[in-house]
Amino acid sequence: MGLRELVPGTQSEMIGIVDMEMGNLRSVSNAIYSLGFDFTILRDAAGFGDVSHVIIPGVGSYTTAMGQLHKLRLVTALRDFAATGRPLMGICLGMQLLSDRGDEGGDSPGLGLIPGRVSKIPDDPVRRVPHIGWNNLEVKAPDHPVFEKIRSGVDFYFVHSYEFSADAADTYAVTDYGRPLVAIVGRRNVIGFQFHPEKSQANGLRLLENFCNWEGAC
Amino acid sequence: MNGRLVKTTRFDSYRDVGDPVASSKVYNSQYADELVFLNINRTERAVSTLLDLIEKVSAVCFMPLTFGGGLKSLAEAEQLIKNGADKVVVNSSSFENPGLITEIAGKFGSQAAVASIDARWSEAQHRHVLASDCGRKPEAVDLQAHVADLQARGAGEIFINSIDRDGTMEGYDLRLIQLVMAASKVPVIACGGAGTYAHMKEAFVETDVSALACGSLFNFGDSNPIRAKAFLTNYNLPFKRV
Repeated sequence: MGLRELVPGTQSEMIGIVDMEMGNLRSVSNAIYSLGFDFTILRDAAGFGDVSHVIIPGVGSYTTAMGQLHKLRLVTALRDFAATGRPLMGICLGMQLLSDRGDEGGDSPGLGLIPGRVSKIPDDPVRRVPHIGWNNLEVKAPDHPVFEKIRSGVDFYFVHSYEFSADAADTYAVTDYGRPLVAIVGRRNVIGFQFHPEKSQANGLRLLENFCNWEGAC
Repeated sequence: MNGRLVKTTRFDSYRDVGDPVASSKVYNSQYADELVFLNINRTERAVSTLLDLIEKVSAVCFMPLTFGGGLKSLAEAEQLIKNGADKVVVNSSSFENPGLITEIAGKFGSQAAVASIDARWSEAQHRHVLASDCGRKPEAVDLQAHVADLQARGAGEIFINSIDRDGTMEGYDLRLIQLVMAASKVPVIACGGAGTYAHMKEAFVETDVSALACGSLFNFGDSNPIRAKAFLTNYNLPFKRV
């Protein structure tokens, strides 16, 4: 049950940011705070009932991260949250964890919220790996609420060595890096960004704001 | 250094160029692509000196932030990242403890591990000689061999700095950049010597380097990232659109 049902007629978002004890939460929480939204850090299953939105940030390797999520008993909490229809976002590794399986650090099952698998971007002499830098999107789902007021062709900050291979229907945007790399995946109330919106200056902040204002339908 | 932003010339003659947080905010508003903060204080090498800075900068700059200088352990790298750094830089430690890069890449991914190299040209040896410890200690290893080794150990990016060109505003050391680009399969950021936008165009066009870092160019005179990119776009060099 979300906050909106408790107090009909009002809108009060509470953004839950998952802490896997791996890496940097500050950038995401600073960005959310600067946009004027309240946030809370989720370290275990307990807080999920009180939040309207959840963000999974991520730095590190797929296998280590899934290990942490299991250890902190967050896997079921995240799947249950997704089932309520409230908006759930994954950023970078967090987006990759939404998949069925990933092979970074060993072959591991993921959260299984968006079909597909995560594997290493093949080395290339011209398009060096990791894919680091600013790159623009080719948006496949322009009517999605998360793209409101985002002009086409603007760049976002990517920094990754692994890519998510998703179904076409769940691929909301790709980016060109020699060939199309999946940049945004989504299915119903779940959405994942391979790039870092919280590192992409004004356009990234706009995307985060749109997510926080989204109620999960699309 | 001591909470202030400083500029050197050939790794010497420290000049105070302002407050790092204020400068960061300006660069952020000018849509700089990334900020790299290096602690070059030769006596105070503790990573803790950077933590307060990271906290303040990451509260106001929503862009890639890279921190380093004196990094000696995975625990220190972790501290920097937990406080807001996206990537950390390792230089001297890569000579005395090459496994550190592997540890950092293993825990945070190679895209978070930047290996930095400081080099000066030796006419006598007719090659670039690498130096650790803020440019003070010459290292025997060959430049390209070192680049290959760093990459094999998991570095996701190489940051190559020319000690000779640092602060001189005479242009990048193109030969140095070319050698590193040839030896590296991972992205390369070149630093040291930018004095005009033409120097940047020269480096991008002649070496195909992945990225260029500037210090003096944006600190002295009225150059800034916006004008740099406007100039460079004339040469069909792609930059981010905002």
